[in-house]
Amino acid sequence: MSFLQIIDLEKSFGNVQVLKRINLEIEEGGFLVLVGPSGCGKSTLLNTIAGLEPITAGEIRIGGRRVNDLHPSKRDIAMVFQSYALYPNMTVAQNIGFGMEIRGVPKPEREKAIARVAEMLQIDHLLDRKPSQLSGGQRQRVAMGRALVRDPQVFLFDEPLSNLDAKLRVDMRTEIKRLHQRMGTTIVYVTHDQIEAMTLASKIAVLKDGVLQQFGTPSEIYNNPINTFVADFMGSPAMNLIPATITNGAGGLAIEMERPSAPPVTLPLASPPKGLAAYKGRSVIFGVRPEALTDPDGADRNAASIAQTECFIEVVEPAGSDTFAVTHLGGKGVIARLRADANIQPGTTAPLTFNLSKSVFFDPETENRIL
Amino acid sequence: MTSAVSQGPLEASRASSTVAPNRLARALIYAALILFAIYYLLPLYVMLVNSLKPLDEIRQGDMLSLPMAGTIEPWLKAWATAQIGVQPTGLKPYFMNSILMVVPAVFISTALGALNGYVLTKWTFRGADIVFGLMLLACFIPFQIVLIPMARMLGILGLAGTIPGLVLVHVVYGLGFTTLFFRNYYAAFPSELVKAAQIDGASFFQIFRRILLPSSGPIIVVTVIWQFTNIWNDFLFGASFASVDSIPMTVALNNLVSSSTGVKEYNVHFAGAIMAALPTLIVYIVSGRYFVRGLMAGAVKG
Repeated sequence: MSFLQIIDLEKSFGNVQVLKRINLEIEEGGFLVLVGPSGCGKSTLLNTIAGLEPITAGEIRIGGRRVNDLHPSKRDIAMVFQSYALYPNMTVAQNIGFGMEIRGVPKPEREKAIARVAEMLQIDHLLDRKPSQLSGGQRQRVAMGRALVRDPQVFLFDEPLSNLDAKLRVDMRTEIKRLHQRMGTTIVYVTHDQIEAMTLASKIAVLKDGVLQQFGTPSEIYNNPINTFVADFMGSPAMNLIPATITNGAGGLAIEMERPSAPPVTLPLASPPKGLAAYKGRSVIFGVRPEALTDPDGADRNAASIAQTECFIEVVEPAGSDTFAVTHLGGKGVIARLRADANIQPGTTAPLTFNLSKSVFFDPETENRIL
Repeated sequence: MTSAVSQGPLEASRASSTVAPNRLARALIYAALILFAIYYLLPLYVMLVNSLKPLDEIRQGDMLSLPMAGTIEPWLKAWATAQIGVQPTGLKPYFMNSILMVVPAVFISTALGALNGYVLTKWTFRGADIVFGLMLLACFIPFQIVLIPMARMLGILGLAGTIPGLVLVHVVYGLGFTTLFFRNYYAAFPSELVKAAQIDGASFFQIFRRILLPSSGPIIVVTVIWQFTNIWNDFLFGASFASVDSIPMTVALNNLVSSSTGVKEYNVHFAGAIMAALPTLIVYIVSGRYFVRGLMAGAVKG
């Protein structure tokens, strides 16, 4: 039973349609992440769920209840804003208690609730301070405290970590995940950071230009991207999208990729997707993640289909935990992810292993996945 | 900070070599500033000194000399017994008229301006910019143009010649300015705060009163000073729309000074003029530092 449902939602500002027929749902206690580049409509979508923006068409249901026309305060939601939106004239305690004060909750009860949340977020020593006297991380905690104290049905997070420095961001990310596991409340979370999306989500919705591209679990999104946009957006470094041609090999279909000053690479496909047969002799986009393109010793021994070939290594980038190597295939730079201690030199030729069971194919015209 | 710590002997000697011309420039700047300050303060000095002299001392001709036989008689006369129009009432009742006119007019126009600014920035509606543009236009309308329509309106409303009538005139005329001030101030006020308060369940007026107003100190001070000065100093509306018992201070001062009968009592005139200027001076001195701070606020935030 899905808890938050968004059905055929549309939103226009004047003549500009910013959200186009969005359908999403998340079960109770789920963690839905809306991800996409700037201007894709993800924040607008969150604002419509909050009730801060009216919708043009469609329906929003929370816990089976249609909330389209309800005031934000009546939707039983709480929101954490990108800028934290702490009331500058109030202390931390007043900030957290403001909603309760407005609803007429008696003072002793209010103080108890504030104390409980403050303890949970370890901000009890800050309760008498003004927001201007707090650091970024502390403000972030207060903003979360203000949301937590409501004990709502759904939490809405609008890029809550984007104003923090890199290290604090990772800490707070873990903290949010811990809080979610502890409270078990449904969360909708907006971010443009695909790592945040992958680490936090139970379901990810990838948006682009107001259109929902793909909706699924993090592993579905990562391993089975529905088009080149999703494939390229999720993952760091991004998936290699290599222009290639499908040919008839000895044991079935094979894939052929151009190389500068060398004959093309041809890899036999042991178990190609069904739709690929129709592309025989035509060009496709061959998608392979950097970790599926590695040195022979680092290759996944359990992979169903692997192929090895010699590649000219242009650049080597040691990153500590891994070593990235750049080679040239199909007219593009292609990144391979090798073991940290892989013995590889730039300007030489080295064997690279393709994990073909982890690779995907896209139509170069429509950019959609070939299944 | 760090450069001060790391300042070795080399930097120090270089610094001291540039100090001498700096000092000279600074002295020149201060000399010029003091000169201008004296030039500006001179009229006030003349007014003050002469308001404390008996009339025959002024007649001897030296305006700049200090009083030999100081007296506060001119002040008492200007306040309580001087002939203004036909009544020997002094400026006292007119001073009261001005207070009764200025205080409500400033309060109402500031409050409405704040509300307008709030609506125009945080509850924008289709055409909000056009409405604001039209209100802005009100700032550029000369007083003289509105005189006759305003007289007609006051007549229709039955407020002609009354203090509430003058309050209305000043509120209407000041609304353009106060709206402009508050709109521009609130435009820089983060909208996310308003959204957060909406989710917290605060109503339209609760958001205004609890979230926006507490952060509006500087702009309220700017608006109050601006409105107070303008309304207190206004002469044209007072002269056009007031009747005998609602004449404001500025008009009464004119009546005192330009009455054509009897001797010109310059000392009394000076005392009256200072009285008329005093309230605006006090408002500036009390809240002047906020005025500067308010004008800068929003320009650089954080």
